[in-house]
Amino acid sequence: MVFNRREFLKTAATASAALALPALGSRAFAADAIKVGALYSQTGGLSVAEKLLANGVMMAVAEINAAGGVLGRPVEVVVEDGASDPKTFSEKASKLILKDKISTVFGCHTSASRKAVLPIFERRGAMLFYQTHYEGFECSRNVVYSGAVPNQQLSNYIPWIVEKLGKKKFFIVGSNYVYPREMAKVSKKLIEAAGAEWVADEYLELGHSEWAVMVSKIKESGADVVLSNVVGDSIIAFYREFKNQGLSQEVLPICATVTSEIEIAAMGAEYAAGSYTSFPYFMSIDTPANKSFIDRFRTFVNDPKAVTYHSLEAAYFQVFLWKQAVEKSGDLSADAIRAGIRGQTYEAPGGKVTTDPDNLHCWLTPRIGQWQADGQSKVVNAYPAPIKPLPYSAYGETESNLFCTSNGLDAAKLKG
Amino acid sequence: MLDILFIGLSLGSILLLVALGLAITYGAMGVINMAHGEMVMIGAYVAVLSGIWLKASLLLAIPLAFVVTALLGLLIERVVVRRLYGRLLDTLLATWGIAILLQQAVRLEFGLSFFGIHVEGLGAGLQNVAVPSYLQGTFRLASADINAYRTFIIAVTAALTLMTWFILYRTSAGMQVRAIIRNPKMAGACGIDVKRVNAMTFAFGSGLAGVAGVMMSGFKTVFPDMGTTMVVDGFMVVVTGGVGSLFGTILSSGLLGEINALVAIGTNDILARAVVFGVVILVILVKPSGLFSFKGR
Repeated sequence: MVFNRREFLKTAATASAALALPALGSRAFAADAIKVGALYSQTGGLSVAEKLLANGVMMAVAEINAAGGVLGRPVEVVVEDGASDPKTFSEKASKLILKDKISTVFGCHTSASRKAVLPIFERRGAMLFYQTHYEGFECSRNVVYSGAVPNQQLSNYIPWIVEKLGKKKFFIVGSNYVYPREMAKVSKKLIEAAGAEWVADEYLELGHSEWAVMVSKIKESGADVVLSNVVGDSIIAFYREFKNQGLSQEVLPICATVTSEIEIAAMGAEYAAGSYTSFPYFMSIDTPANKSFIDRFRTFVNDPKAVTYHSLEAAYFQVFLWKQAVEKSGDLSADAIRAGIRGQTYEAPGGKVTTDPDNLHCWLTPRIGQWQADGQSKVVNAYPAPIKPLPYSAYGETESNLFCTSNGLDAAKLKG
Repeated sequence: MLDILFIGLSLGSILLLVALGLAITYGAMGVINMAHGEMVMIGAYVAVLSGIWLKASLLLAIPLAFVVTALLGLLIERVVVRRLYGRLLDTLLATWGIAILLQQAVRLEFGLSFFGIHVEGLGAGLQNVAVPSYLQGTFRLASADINAYRTFIIAVTAALTLMTWFILYRTSAGMQVRAIIRNPKMAGACGIDVKRVNAMTFAFGSGLAGVAGVMMSGFKTVFPDMGTTMVVDGFMVVVTGGVGSLFGTILSSGLLGEINALVAIGTNDILARAVVFGVVILVILVKPSGLFSFKGR
């Protein structure tokens, strides 16, 4: 592409106009726009993943505005940059709540950033909408969790691996931090309940990508299935090493809880073909609603090859849950949103989702996908209906014995 | 046992691959080149880009990456490093700055992303390189399944090490380099063009890093920050082996690789890494100048 001076000026003018557009928009909407926050990392190591989530939120808001807004008022998003740093997240959360007087923020991706902003939301009485699947063990009245908790990824997965795949010996492997360790805890219970056993529970440093020793251990362990809670770019090196050491997904499949369409695209589909992942949403879900969602997302980000995945879908539908809650209670305060969102149901691209009246997590449909040679999954098993989120399932929480209710966490049960 | 030793050898060869270039720039020239990891990164991106745009295989990317990073190294030496010889801390800061510049350049697609132009293969996202099918999987050797790609890395590392040894010890240019390592002023007094030889040495060290990058791209993820952790490992190897000693670097990378593999097999990877750092600290405490060193400068 060759630029002459005039064209350069034109491009620069368009670019600056584009930058100024959100500001213009807010002025056009006058004083009655409803402000919400979008707090994701726009810079730093996590920005690749988090910008996509921010796009999911922006797209939902754009669609809501195109359809007439909320309570007849347009929605304006105040975007802040968490800069991949939990401390920055907490500063920006304070700014959004105190300076911009915003009561609803969509944001955070890692558990570290969510934990950093949590006290601010609780003290200042604002609501956080959090879309990433996480380890549970949290019961905040100020957070709506739209991603999966361990029981929604594992409760159908492990019995299915044991019964349908006929696997008896699990090798559990993960990155060394809280999410994989909690997932392992829940898995072990389920594995034992299903009458199988686990032969190892091993961890590799977060972000570490030298898998030679681990894969060789898997090979020697006698395990017949690998349960992977590995996160981030380590995933790619793991699947590659797995194939390079001559292990085949047919004999010793990797069953993952984090590996999504994004990682599959980055590693090259041939390395993952035949392996499994458990998620409530897959890009391959064959419904008109999902096809339309993928098309709209690709148009929105202007990338015809963009992929959609669980957290992105959750980032998108949580905005609609918020809209319905606001419209139900007719007020923007955190208390009104909390009251309005309990039991709220929405037809998301991946199917029906419902906010649980007790713990503000979402009812989701567990699905198991097998990765194909084209980088997409084939859904091989799905629950007939969404199941109840149990954030304390690792500690014995069941549907009839809830630890986290609308009154908050029952700490006595946690100890017992 | 054979496969554990093989893994150790493989870990050692990867350490050596990164450290080889450093052994030359840091060891020989006394420049703490923090941008060395970014040279590895650039090499990996050369593999990505040549795969996408030239449809070239990984093998072809090796010489290509060597040339690209060597030229880039030459440029950095001419513009920045040349003015800072003998000022160890200043080179550290300056090359660290260069490292950040290079990372951001790749992330922002050399500024093109500001104009809404996206070059496939650049940018902040994760990239991957297609590996030829004969380098995937394993082959059998004396009752053990040997990882083909890791064997390939070991072979390339051995070839590069031999080439470096040959250049340093069997050519007149190498003799000049070694003279400069011992005493740059005396070498200059004997008629060696110190500036020119230094520039060439720096370019050669950078080129080796570029080849390392191509090899890494085959089994690790390629992204703008990938070099930062590698440069730490590289320095660890060079310091343990003894600054300025090619033999020391080879031996220490093999040693640390095997220790890493043996401890990791016996316990786990996290402990293994701690043990490796422990060994490095011990070596520096007992022999501050590294396992192999000689007096110079």
